[in-house]
Amino acid sequence: MTSSDTVDEIDHALIRATQNGLPLTPHPYRDIGLGIGLGPDDVEQRLQRLQDIGVIRRIGIIPNHYRLGYRANGMSVWDVTDDRVDNLGFQIGALHFVSHCYRRPRHLPDWPFNLFAMIHATTRDEIDTRIADIASILGKECRSHRVLFSEKILKKTGLRLPKPKRCGARPCSD
Amino acid sequence: MPRPVTPLQKKLIDCYQRGFPVTPHPYADIAAAIGSTEDAVINALADLQDRKILSRIGATYATGRAGASTLAAMAAPAENLEKIAHLISGFTGINHNYEREDKLNLWFVITGPDQEAIRQTTRAITDATGLAVHHMPMIEHYRLDLGFPLSWN
Repeated sequence: MTSSDTVDEIDHALIRATQNGLPLTPHPYRDIGLGIGLGPDDVEQRLQRLQDIGVIRRIGIIPNHYRLGYRANGMSVWDVTDDRVDNLGFQIGALHFVSHCYRRPRHLPDWPFNLFAMIHATTRDEIDTRIADIASILGKECRSHRVLFSEKILKKTGLRLPKPKRCGARPCSD
Repeated sequence: MPRPVTPLQKKLIDCYQRGFPVTPHPYADIAAAIGSTEDAVINALADLQDRKILSRIGATYATGRAGASTLAAMAAPAENLEKIAHLISGFTGINHNYEREDKLNLWFVITGPDQEAIRQTTRAITDATGLAVHHMPMIEHYRLDLGFPLSWN
């Protein structure tokens, strides 16, 4: 077991073996290990290490929000003063209704927005209320904003590591 | 009407969006922590999975740590949007694909083992669609990914 924060081939095999989810068996880590020739202790230690070094953010139940009634998701995008965006970004990221909050590059002139905050809600009205909350926090540091609604998920899966032998950028069904 | 989510199932979703035990018997450990049994926990989760209320039980990965990725956006002509979306979803390494109401109406995440793979996929998408792909990679994140609390009605 290496203590560095690199991800080796065995880690990649483990990530691939778990990316469809843990089995609902009494010993899920042992069963995952059986498929890739790792003992249960090794699986657990590697998963723990991947969490410790930040490759894995969390291990948990990942609900399908859409099926739970969260039919509206609004990607709100904001044009925030550059030297204030970090400070304000952390304030927005701390709001309970924001699931993801990132700084991203502007694409001027058409896309002046540098702060993205994802809002999940059951209705668009609820999202409108949340947007007003964010706007009041950003105040005059925000020049403009937009909300991009989506009620249609065309594809959503967890991380998919490509197989070791690269199949390149050709379309292929996975 | 669909069957309601049971109190045990709500508790599992509320308590274990993170911190799922990495131990020899995780479902038994969860059961012990919330006053249930291993069988009941496994059955409750299996039922949620069958009803597609759970996407999966597993890990979420930090962007860019187990490979490279970027958010990307495209302005697709409305009449071809579905066709183009379907085409893009077919490329290796596309793991989210959302139609959104904007001039930039198609948003997806491109992933790959490294930046060169992202460039290749981007070129291939541009070649296949004749449309520009705008990269919007994360510069900074302002929230740890912890799942988020649900309000049960």
